[in-house]
Amino acid sequence: MKASPYAFIAPFFVVFGAFSLVPLLYTAWYSLHHVQLSSLDQQTWAGLDNYQNLLSSDFFWNALKNTFSIGVLSTVPQLMAAIWLAHMLNYRLRGSTVWRVVMLTPYATSVAAATLVFTLLFAPDNGMVNWVLDAVGMDPVNWRESDWGSQLAVSSIVIWRWTGYNALIYLAAMQAIPADLYESAALDGATRWQQFRHVTIPMLRPTILFTVVVSTIGATQLFGEPLLFGGVSGTKGGSEHQYQTLGLYMYDQGWIVGNLGKASAIAWSMFLILLIIAAINMLISRRLRKS
Amino acid sequence: MRTSTRRSHRVTALAAVAVLATGLLAGCASDDDDNSSGSGNGSGGNAGGKTTLTIGTFGTFGYKQAGLYDEYMKLHPDVTIKENVTTRTDVYWPKVLTRLQAGSGTDDVQAIEVGNITEAVQTQGDKFVDLGSQVDKSQWLGWKNDQATTKDGKLIGLGTDIGPMAICYRKDLFQKAGLETDRTKLAAQWKGDWAKYVELGKQYMQKAPSGTKYVDSASSVYNAALGGAQDRYYDKDGNVIWDKSAGVKKAWDVAMTVATSDMSAKLKQFDKPWDQGFANAKFATVACPAWMVGYIQEKSGAAGKGQWDVAAAPTAANWGGSFLGVPKASKHQKEAIELAKWLTAPEQQAKVFAKQASFPSTPAAYSSLTPSPDTLAYFSNAPLTQIYSDSAKTIPSQIFGTKDQPINTALTDVGILQVEQKGKSPEQGWDAASNEIKDVLGQ
Repeated sequence: MKASPYAFIAPFFVVFGAFSLVPLLYTAWYSLHHVQLSSLDQQTWAGLDNYQNLLSSDFFWNALKNTFSIGVLSTVPQLMAAIWLAHMLNYRLRGSTVWRVVMLTPYATSVAAATLVFTLLFAPDNGMVNWVLDAVGMDPVNWRESDWGSQLAVSSIVIWRWTGYNALIYLAAMQAIPADLYESAALDGATRWQQFRHVTIPMLRPTILFTVVVSTIGATQLFGEPLLFGGVSGTKGGSEHQYQTLGLYMYDQGWIVGNLGKASAIAWSMFLILLIIAAINMLISRRLRKS
Repeated sequence: MRTSTRRSHRVTALAAVAVLATGLLAGCASDDDDNSSGSGNGSGGNAGGKTTLTIGTFGTFGYKQAGLYDEYMKLHPDVTIKENVTTRTDVYWPKVLTRLQAGSGTDDVQAIEVGNITEAVQTQGDKFVDLGSQVDKSQWLGWKNDQATTKDGKLIGLGTDIGPMAICYRKDLFQKAGLETDRTKLAAQWKGDWAKYVELGKQYMQKAPSGTKYVDSASSVYNAALGGAQDRYYDKDGNVIWDKSAGVKKAWDVAMTVATSDMSAKLKQFDKPWDQGFANAKFATVACPAWMVGYIQEKSGAAGKGQWDVAAAPTAANWGGSFLGVPKASKHQKEAIELAKWLTAPEQQAKVFAKQASFPSTPAAYSSLTPSPDTLAYFSNAPLTQIYSDSAKTIPSQIFGTKDQPINTALTDVGILQVEQKGKSPEQGWDAASNEIKDVLGQ
């Protein structure tokens, strides 16, 4: 029965093949053709036209730039806050389970629900954020149309949803750090901050790398938050595409405009970008392991 | 003993795998059942004597609300109707397109929005049943039939509602701003030109009650004005002419007057804040195709009752409306055609009008149209039927194209929005829309 392990993992690979691999290859095929959503059987060979078209398209570069800036705006504060939260929760606390559960609730809410609430908070006319700004004497911001404002608003939804999740991962890793490391550090006179800086962070390095990779992938595929934040014709990501991510641009081209060939080319470009990011990550992690 | 336990382990493991695998297959299979339960019973499954017809719609068609399904099922005890509603057209239509081409998974009756009808006619003509020979075409307005007719003369969709234009305005705000409040006199003031309607907005803003604007958005004025233009984005031969079209230019200019002045509440239509704008009386007028009447009544709520009134629009125009088609993939074509015919017949269209003021595309219904007493009271007893049927009879026949909707979105949600909300100049807005449209058309 040497085959049984394969039989066990087979269901996954069957499903993966049917719902991931086949579409992936099919998308590659589409990306080399001119295909319209309304006439799928009329495919004319395009070679690399769709890709060339993208490289010379301002919309594509703009979406790439937005994906990157929203990615940085959301991932960096999110991971830093998560480490800090985890560090706090790692102390003996009253009702620690309650805190941990509370932290995870945003992760359990649906994107749609969360975004709806944030859209109301960021409403230009009577939203709470502008109300607070007004209370401290600042000018209100048109959160949906301003360039940095809209990116910040979208990032805040991502941060809110994912910080707790990452904090839990950090917390688990922190609890695996042997207590005697802290004890000996304390004996040597290290303050709490020094303990955090010189014991916790180095021990967390593999975990941090993991969360960075996962968050980066998530940021590259960012879609639901900006789509719903945009409301009607949300696929445009604002009138100047100020928060149109690659995912939104792909969806807009494929399903709204109906240009499937181009949308497929965008999908594959995203895939290639992710591969590059993964490669960079691997290089860095190798470096880290060596040091 | 040992070997036998090991063997039994293996057996259990294999059994588990088998169960998982069949579970998966069953999952797929039952999905299949779902899709065709409406349609698959045609040959053998009529043991219970029931045919299940599915109808795919978007937004609020009002058939269910007006009790039409129940009525039909009472008339045809052997038919069960199931409605599959998708809220937004931009989600609904791509789904329908792929299913039509796959030849499976479609509903027995499929609704088509006017913005998509040309794409359906030009690319999906052979996927729909030709309804032309099944009905008396003269029931419908000529231009409505034209929109759903393919080059070789097949009628692929039966007209449901249309969107003849009027202006809805708040009398209370108009009075405070010192404007005329009588609907006939108002209509006379802006008759013939949307620019006159906008001109009145400048007057309104001089004495506007605080916190209110004249109109909800520049885009709504654009859409309304364009709805009365003979030429839009395409010419007869299917060439894109949006940047040379006089209709587009004129509507754009009017919208620019709105966007560069302070008379717009700068709301995006169908967004939450727009709904709240109705509730809080943030704007005094809105371009008001017939289907908007029900929407205003719902969103403006009790506080707006008796404050709203309706006046004839500057020009006759159409905005919106839909069709019902029967995909060839339907396994109950005969029954589906019957249902589509019945739902779009003048009597039934009149019932939907009575429920939510969706305006019939069948002139025979016009004489018998009575809005619900609630709606009448809400809109200050305005003669809704007369205003809208006058508009409906003079709407020009318009030419649509396959990418009508994305082009329109580029002009309203990119071009106009940039000018209105980001303070760009009209030229910048036009250029931005132009780039966007090039991207849409893949040029």
